[in-house]
Amino acid sequence: MSSIAVSTTINGDDVEYLCQADETLLDVLRNRLGLMGAKEGCGTGDCGACSAIVDGRVVCSCLVLGAEAQGRTIETIEGMANGSELHPLQRKFIEHAALQCGICTPGFLMAAKALLDVNSSPTEEEIRYWLAGNLCRCTGYDKIVRAVQDAAQEMQGERA
Amino acid sequence: MRYERPETIQDATALLAGARDKAFVLAGGTDLLVRMQSDDFDAELVVDIKSIAGMGDIVRTPDAFIIGAAVPCAALAENEALVAAWPGIVEAANLIGSTQIQGRCTMSGNLCNASPAADSVPALVAASAQAKIAGPNGTRTVPVEQIPQGPGKTSLEKGEFIEAIVVPDAGAQAGDAYLRFTPRTEMDIAVVGVGVCLALDAEGVVQSARLALGAVGPTVVIAQDASASIIGTKLDDAALDAFAAAASAASHPIDDKRGTVEFRKEVAGVLARRAARIAYTRAGGN
Repeated sequence: MSSIAVSTTINGDDVEYLCQADETLLDVLRNRLGLMGAKEGCGTGDCGACSAIVDGRVVCSCLVLGAEAQGRTIETIEGMANGSELHPLQRKFIEHAALQCGICTPGFLMAAKALLDVNSSPTEEEIRYWLAGNLCRCTGYDKIVRAVQDAAQEMQGERA
Repeated sequence: MRYERPETIQDATALLAGARDKAFVLAGGTDLLVRMQSDDFDAELVVDIKSIAGMGDIVRTPDAFIIGAAVPCAALAENEALVAAWPGIVEAANLIGSTQIQGRCTMSGNLCNASPAADSVPALVAASAQAKIAGPNGTRTVPVEQIPQGPGKTSLEKGEFIEAIVVPDAGAQAGDAYLRFTPRTEMDIAVVGVGVCLALDAEGVVQSARLALGAVGPTVVIAQDASASIIGTKLDDAALDAFAAAASAASHPIDDKRGTVEFRKEVAGVLARRAARIAYTRAGGN
């Protein structure tokens, strides 16, 4: 089976890779590009641990083929911090103890970032609906919701 | 498995028609990639239609909305004209899965997946939507309810794929609604789904009605007796009682872990009544 050549943009960098036709974007990120932040929780789009942002929309990278990334713009958790300076969402997750085992955290952060990109001051209800596709078995979600609210508030303050 | 990304409809239909074995169309992939994970999945070819011009567009013509086959459901809610004209369709499409799924999943895919519990399908059927089908011998257009033939089965011939959903204009005095019952508030599959579209005259009298019931049969049930029972009324309580009873009577659900036959029939009536009220108000009735 011959490989497919893909040119794409990941976290602002031009990236080229070869992949198989049936290989998911998640597998490409983890196994070919060494970007291990996105996790495989279920592999069927139910848990959100593999969330990445493709052309501005948060998606499950386990439900995207690697070949589909051709010409697209992809954001992963590895591009979230600015060097050693954490994104406000990352900082607030730590401050609010919004993670325990951490497996779901990259997915929550990418989904929350996508939310704040389109809605700078979401209500608690909007946050809970938006993040319904991200499963966490440790925290009980309350701390995650509070971290997102706090990050949104801080980011709004920075804009003002 | 081969992956192809044609740039024209002709190339896509030729690829699909020329496949020796199983071939699949890839738009959002939220059903297809899940199937690909299973051990018994076998495909010679996947045809990604997203590089074909127009597949990702929502176009408004004087008499219809034309929704490209690769438009993700999330994009429907971002189109203000579509939301204003067809709030029921948009709400139904945005009940499918999570934010992540909505960023990829499409109504054409929901239709072709042919699940009895598909959320967008009853709403599209209620709206008298049509599927524009491209094939090796040209284009044909059929009512969307003619696509699913049973769980996982469609009427599409080899080489054919849906290129767009066409939702005809229903006039200013029309409104639609979709409601479903699920045990959870989100990330769940309909136990019953109900789409209603009503058109009124200037006095608020129902001129036409269409009720489509999901998850109460192998394919969407078009409840004609129920629709007939409210034509000529202003949707008073007696009319709604008759409508709900006819909706329950038209339902032929199965018993499964998500709901019993008795429960589903009851809920079909309850949701039909509520959805009709919403559609009536949206159509300008009081």
